[in-house]
Amino acid sequence: MYNFNYHRAGSLAEAESALAAAEDGALMAGGQTLLPTLKQRLASPSDVIDIGAIPELANIESAGGAVTVGAGTRHADVAGSAAVASAIPALAALAELIGDPQVRNMGTIGGSIANADPAADYPAAIVGLGATVNTNRRAIAGDDFFQGLFETALDEGEIITSMAFPVPEAAGYAKFPQPASRFAMVGVMVSRGAGGVRVAVTGAGPSVFRVGDMEAALAGNFSAGALDGISVSADGLNADIHGSAEYRAHLVGVMAKRAVQAAGG
Amino acid sequence: MASVSLTVNGEAVSAEVEDRTLLVQLLRDHLRLTGTHVGCDTSQCGACVVHMDGRSVKSCTVLAAQASGADVTTIEGIADGDTLHPMQQAFMDNHGLQCGFCTPGMVMSAIDLLKRHPGADEATIRRELEGNLCRCTGYHNIVKAIRQVATAG
Ligand SMILES: Cc1cc2nc3c(=O)[nH]c(=O)nc-3n(C[C@H](O)[C@H](O)[C@H](O)COP(=O)(O)OP(=O)(O)OC[C@H]3O[C@@H](n4cnc5c(N)ncnc54)[C@H](O)[C@@H]3O)c2cc1C
Ligand code: FES
Ligand code: FES
Repeated sequence: MYNFNYHRAGSLAEAESALAAAEDGALMAGGQTLLPTLKQRLASPSDVIDIGAIPELANIESAGGAVTVGAGTRHADVAGSAAVASAIPALAALAELIGDPQVRNMGTIGGSIANADPAADYPAAIVGLGATVNTNRRAIAGDDFFQGLFETALDEGEIITSMAFPVPEAAGYAKFPQPASRFAMVGVMVSRGAGGVRVAVTGAGPSVFRVGDMEAALAGNFSAGALDGISVSADGLNADIHGSAEYRAHLVGVMAKRAVQAAGG
Repeated sequence: MASVSLTVNGEAVSAEVEDRTLLVQLLRDHLRLTGTHVGCDTSQCGACVVHMDGRSVKSCTVLAAQASGADVTTIEGIADGDTLHPMQQAFMDNHGLQCGFCTPGMVMSAIDLLKRHPGADEATIRRELEGNLCRCTGYHNIVKAIRQVATAG
């Protein structure tokens, strides 16, 4: 790891000014992606600004038909939250499937979506539940947040503060873990709510995507059987030693059905 | 340089370290607590697991400066004098180690998992050990050891 200057921010305002003052600053929340990246010398920021201990970023609030999760909330705290479990059990279940207990004790939801790993779990929740991503500057629709491989709508110096998840009538998440890393080979979040039906897929492509044909079929009949005969094209999907693009395309169908079943359909 | 002050195994410690110093380097190189191991550089093996403010973490993926102010417990801090912690004793009783490299991390993860899942069944134990790799035992006797503690009441 190259050396850097470490700063611990006590508030969002402190984080903003430390980031602005740094020559080439990087935010660190849980460090579960950033530190491995620094250890591999894949990045060399001049300054690391630790936002992991900012109390205002670590709240979970359930009000007005939405659950708002602070960006600094650890995966274990989303998984263990009574408010999340009662309003959106699929979100708690997804958090429990991330990595291992030690990664869940440090890693945060904000860090996960800012990183936009193609195989990360949370992107499926942001898009599949129709969440809004709030930053220190604006609110970004979940559908517009992920823009490609490790690419998001965040601007230079922008800090995610929270994510607001509308409470669905039903939602389910199904994940087929990649056998070595346990990230999602394919993960599908399905939800039905005021905004209609959503089917969001992570792991299969360079970035999370929705499957319109499945959403239309489920809008008429919210059951796994409604997905019979609907296939996803392998064009542009990820391929590696763990599975071809065709294999992933097939898994999308299987995981989507399991997600609908998990949602009670 | 960063000035870090934390509690390790009940004792207050302070050190001046480079900002990039990892918690595991502080423990091993500065405090000479070499029971905590480093088995990988990808945050996957769990040989480095310690407890920080009551939660298990991978000390190779936490900065020493990030842990400043925290209460850390390592494998050296769990026995009661000459009496092994029940989890250490159970690993011994069940042949839950061969080379022993993964053992400190396994024991720290196991203590944490039983705190969160008292009386854990075999499936829960196996799932909870997701972040700890062992190249020798095949896990079976590790799971047996943890079950022994889980069922001891
Ligand atoms: C062994 C292992 C297994 C894992 N398995 C999985 C898995 O199965 N599924 C999965 O989804 N993930 C997995 N992960 C990744 C894990 O979930 C990370 O915690 C997560 O990707 C990053 O969160 P973090 O808080 O640690 O972010 P950090 O590492 O602190 O930061 C990551 C990036 O996000 C930026 N950032 C952080 N917070 C903010 C913010 N509030 N606003 C703007 N930018 C920000 C940082 O600058 C950095 O670029 C795994 C990681 C490990 C080490
Ligand atoms: S040394 Fe392998 S996970 Fe920490
Ligand atoms: S006993 Fe050798 S690695 Fe586990």
